[in-house]
Amino acid sequence: MSKRRRWLLAALPALALLAWAGFAPIEVPSRDALFEIPNGTYARRRAGDLVDILPSKITLTLGVDDVLLLRNLDDVPQQFGPTILMPGQSFRLPFEVASENRFDCTAHSSGQMIVVVEPEPVWPWQKMRWRARRWLGS
Amino acid sequence: MNRMLVRLALVPLCFCASAALAASDPVTPAQPATALKAGVLSPAMPAPELALAATDGKPLSLARFRGKVVLLAFGFSNCGEVCPITLTTLAGARKKLGPEAGDVQVVYITVDPERDSAAQMKKFLGAFDPSFVGGVGSRAEIDAAQKSYGISSNKITYANGGYTIGHSSSIYMIDRAGRLRAVMPYGRSSDDFAHDLKILLRS
Repeated sequence: MSKRRRWLLAALPALALLAWAGFAPIEVPSRDALFEIPNGTYARRRAGDLVDILPSKITLTLGVDDVLLLRNLDDVPQQFGPTILMPGQSFRLPFEVASENRFDCTAHSSGQMIVVVEPEPVWPWQKMRWRARRWLGS
Repeated sequence: MNRMLVRLALVPLCFCASAALAASDPVTPAQPATALKAGVLSPAMPAPELALAATDGKPLSLARFRGKVVLLAFGFSNCGEVCPITLTTLAGARKKLGPEAGDVQVVYITVDPERDSAAQMKKFLGAFDPSFVGGVGSRAEIDAAQKSYGISSNKITYANGGYTIGHSSSIYMIDRAGRLRAVMPYGRSSDDFAHDLKILLRS
């Protein structure tokens, strides 16, 4: 076997992986992107703890995970945007347009949360980017 | 032999590509037909009660409108941009509902009690839909209403002494039983409102 062919054979799995990442349909069990405000958040804030419990920036993707689901597990009300979430209550907000949204949020030390909604991944590079982001956990 | 190996190795690649091309859309669960386009609060809890004066001369409380779906929003009559868009959208949504519009009540509460009298608000709202009811009151009463719904507002003063007010612009959707069911962000269409109102009216 020539050196060129050996290289070609070695590259095939990587090519197959790229083909899959770019062309295979994205399958997810739910369109909900769940974020929970844990019990004790308010108490930690009062004690001066500025650690962010939720990410300050959340990226959603239309047609895949385009529903923001916030759950308040704290024992006091929390405000998200114009909505007051009572203890144990959840807020399920679907998005239908690619956009960047800024919400006031009392669960953040900065007092703000940004929700970026990206277009539906239709083209191969968009699917690759979505998968890469999922694998990297961001 | 080597050529055969290469061809065999190409099989999975071609399979992957062709299968993916045949179904390239994301495979995700469809949203149920009963899903609201607004942000839904779960479990739904009683909407905070209002203790204001209404532009129709009566006291303004949500209990008055029990049995109807209430769309509640905050704004002011001198608002040049956000409020007219919101009110036009809500009036459009009511029109799309046809006879069912009678079971939908729009309540619009001022965030500018210093300038918005009952007469002023009535005139302002009537230009969009005469069925709209405004809420007015003292600064303390308005502050209490804003606080109970998490509404923020800030006064922006101009060099000439005039001012405008930046304010939260979402619309609260309250069901026939007086429970705060959903919050529609600013900027959604009258079609979105009509869609959600039909669901709330039938639930």
